[in-house]
Amino acid sequence: MTGIERIIFATIFIAAILFFLKNVFRLFAILCLGKWENRFDHLWLRLGNLIKYGFGQKRVVAKPFGINHFFIFWSFMTLTIVYVEFLIGGMFPKFNLRFLGDIPYGIILSVADVMSLVAIVAILIAVTRRTFFRKKSISANFEAYFIPSLIAILMVAYFVSNSCEASLGNLEFIKWQPVTASLAAYWNGTDPHTIHLISRSAWWIHAVVLLFFLNYLPYSKHLHILASLPNCFFKSDTLVSTVPLKQLKKGEDLGISKVVQFTWKDILDFMACTECGRCQDVCPVSQTGKVLNPKGIIHECKLNIFKNGDVIRASRPKDMLASAPLNAKMQIPLVNGSELSVDKEALWGCTTCGACMEACPVFIEHAPKIVQMRQHLVMEKSDFPHELITFFEASEQRFNPWGIAPTDRIKWAMDLKVPLLSDVKQAEYLFFTGCAGSFDSRARRSTNAFARILNQSGISWASLGNEEKCCGDSQRKLGNEYVFNKLAVDNIATFKKYGVKKIITQCPHCFNTLKNDYKQYGIELEVIHHTQLINTLIAEGKIKVKQSDDNKTVFHDSCYIGRYNRILDEPRDILKACNGHSPLEMAKNKTNSFCCGAGGGRMWMDELPGKRIYHERTLQALDTKASTIAVSCPYCMTMFEDGLKEEKNPGQVKVRDIAELVADTMIV
Amino acid sequence: MHVVVCVKMVPDTTQVSINPETNTLVRDGVPFITNPYDTNAVEEGIRFKDKYGAYVTVISMGPPSATAVLRKGLAIGADEGILLSDRVFGGADTLATSMVLAAAIVKIDKTRPVDIILCGKQTIDGDTAQVGPGIAQRMNISQLTLVNEVLSVDEVKKSIKVKRKLENYEEIVESVLPTMITVEREINTPRYPTVPGRFVAEDSVIQIWGNDVLKLNVQEIGLNGSPTKVSKIFAPVRDKGEIVMGEGEQQPKAITAIFDKLVEKSFLELK
Repeated sequence: MTGIERIIFATIFIAAILFFLKNVFRLFAILCLGKWENRFDHLWLRLGNLIKYGFGQKRVVAKPFGINHFFIFWSFMTLTIVYVEFLIGGMFPKFNLRFLGDIPYGIILSVADVMSLVAIVAILIAVTRRTFFRKKSISANFEAYFIPSLIAILMVAYFVSNSCEASLGNLEFIKWQPVTASLAAYWNGTDPHTIHLISRSAWWIHAVVLLFFLNYLPYSKHLHILASLPNCFFKSDTLVSTVPLKQLKKGEDLGISKVVQFTWKDILDFMACTECGRCQDVCPVSQTGKVLNPKGIIHECKLNIFKNGDVIRASRPKDMLASAPLNAKMQIPLVNGSELSVDKEALWGCTTCGACMEACPVFIEHAPKIVQMRQHLVMEKSDFPHELITFFEASEQRFNPWGIAPTDRIKWAMDLKVPLLSDVKQAEYLFFTGCAGSFDSRARRSTNAFARILNQSGISWASLGNEEKCCGDSQRKLGNEYVFNKLAVDNIATFKKYGVKKIITQCPHCFNTLKNDYKQYGIELEVIHHTQLINTLIAEGKIKVKQSDDNKTVFHDSCYIGRYNRILDEPRDILKACNGHSPLEMAKNKTNSFCCGAGGGRMWMDELPGKRIYHERTLQALDTKASTIAVSCPYCMTMFEDGLKEEKNPGQVKVRDIAELVADTMIV
Repeated sequence: MHVVVCVKMVPDTTQVSINPETNTLVRDGVPFITNPYDTNAVEEGIRFKDKYGAYVTVISMGPPSATAVLRKGLAIGADEGILLSDRVFGGADTLATSMVLAAAIVKIDKTRPVDIILCGKQTIDGDTAQVGPGIAQRMNISQLTLVNEVLSVDEVKKSIKVKRKLENYEEIVESVLPTMITVEREINTPRYPTVPGRFVAEDSVIQIWGNDVLKLNVQEIGLNGSPTKVSKIFAPVRDKGEIVMGEGEQQPKAITAIFDKLVEKSFLELK
């Protein structure tokens, strides 16, 4: 390497590093624009997540092609070491890592050698995949080929340069580099001067491509190389990412209408997205041909924060790391209005089923962002699908979505003996019936069945009767924090009045809300889903069932019980106890279950254009040839019954709540 | 333009029952709401504000707790709320009520001339549909009842054209302003209040006018001024039909029972 070469390289190198640092600083400054959120707790746990999901790529390898990514990731991790040596060596030719000791250095070189080959193979597989076996959710744009090409060029240049040097006898550690050694033979018989020239050219290509790659990252979806590891570290430490409790006060933001109202972690989410499309593949809304695409929302937010963030930064060059001012003007609106904005219809499509968050390899939290954008539309603008107005008003005035008189709530009991807390004053368990279980005529039948089980079991239980109000789940998910807050505050006051500690719910929506949302009000309740209780009652012999021989029952996991709260085995165990067989399974089950379409407040809205989600799920259930669809959620029940009606299924396949199946076979 | 909207606080009638022994309304724990027709009247008032920049005043006669229904109007954009509340206004029938409301509007008119008075077609507790026309009569202005669409307003000529929904037909009528309009429910869908709107409403001061302000003859208002007296409230007795049902094994039994009934009532004849 000549002196001039070294000077030229040093200049390019320093310029590239400075430019890279400038870019990293820009990214950091953009993160700082967001609101503060504490994600620095449980650091050991976070470190574990970083190792498991970041370095271990646990969610990435959950899909077959993820293994390919795993190899690319680890080849980069290991190659980083020799690339640092390579870059410093470009300026100081005598520099190398041999000071670590011959054996460690030899190992490093051999790993780099092998991993470079692995990377080439993995890149070829990746390119083949996106050319010939491309999923719809993966885009095959310029970037999709440009980055793999850069990586391939890097690796090839590495081998060309090294093998040339090896054939010239310049590599002392060649016995550690099997791939290079075997390639070196290729140059036998070539003029040494030519080999030298080729080697130098390859070295320069490698150097320039490497430095270019470093600086191209922040401008491409390969920004995830920088952002996804921190994103795994800062991931939500709870299974369910509940929207933060809003201060409903004058002057406070009511939801999110500007991209800078997101927190820094939300913005990190945007940066961490690789557009791998796994969220889109599992989203029931995307999969039924509707506007919503979780990947699209995150991507639009990312472009939005970059565009708006740069404008804000330019307007206050001296105050680079401060959060955005409250009155910051946005050049690009967050919702509707440009290609860098989120589509409003997409926001209303979400069922908050959480499949996207379950699938995301880097733990992007989609649903709370969608809910917070809805909050702004509902609370600040009163801008929501018109059919929701009756829902909101009924919730506020009659404390239930049906708009039926609250004094009719307890009518579900009919002639059944139902102890009321107002009479008995105290009971071990409160059975929180929920609005569907109280007012929906079909769901009332399962409420009745469950009450019969409770009575048979002999445990101490009671109902709030007409004192119960809607839990507020749909209202909250639809962004109406105002009404949710009223309902939550009232219910919590009632719980406190009677000293309620343990609550049974039959509705997964009540379950999740009482368990995870009400916690934000400082009340810790032991919330039990009826499938958990029934399972325990059977196991403890408090109720006995007459086992039948039925292997034609399929179980549908409701999102809020399964994916959100991991109650997966209990309903299956109950069905096994009743039927003598484990239930049939749909292809999409347990934590990968496919939403019925009623969550996130969609229960109260008209279907959007596209296929109907409930119909899609019903077809999936019918594919198992089941004669009974067992559910553990009143909303899912409504959806399946509607789906079956569309299939013109006059009573052949039945939808039954697990409580009904148990009550039917219970030995009284 | 100045629009005055009259609203009434009513018990949520779907939740009211009648005590069969005393024949009185059971109102325990029954929430009060804005009379549904009046919510449409307020919305229509706010639409005059949106379209013509009208100033919207909402007024109500009722107990002090009726400020709640005025605040609902303020939450969606009304500019001012006035509650007419006094013990001597109590026990009023539709005649005495319209007397007080008309007097209040006349008083409002002195500081800010009133162009349009909006009322709901009727209330869900009394269902008389008399108060709106009563106000118009007392103020000696025209009345446009049962309106389901406002077609146009001519601000220069001071006139309004509306569509009225009658039993078998609709009619388009025009009137000079000021006028009194009662609205049907289908005239609009009331908007949903925003949270900042609710904050504004909570902070607003609602004026309360008693008879010391209106200075009406106590013989013409309240119970004294009401020729209508309620002598008895009762739920009409209705013979309920019988529901015959049967699924599965019970089905043949149910079908037989239905045929028996049809034969018994001689709707069918078995040969």
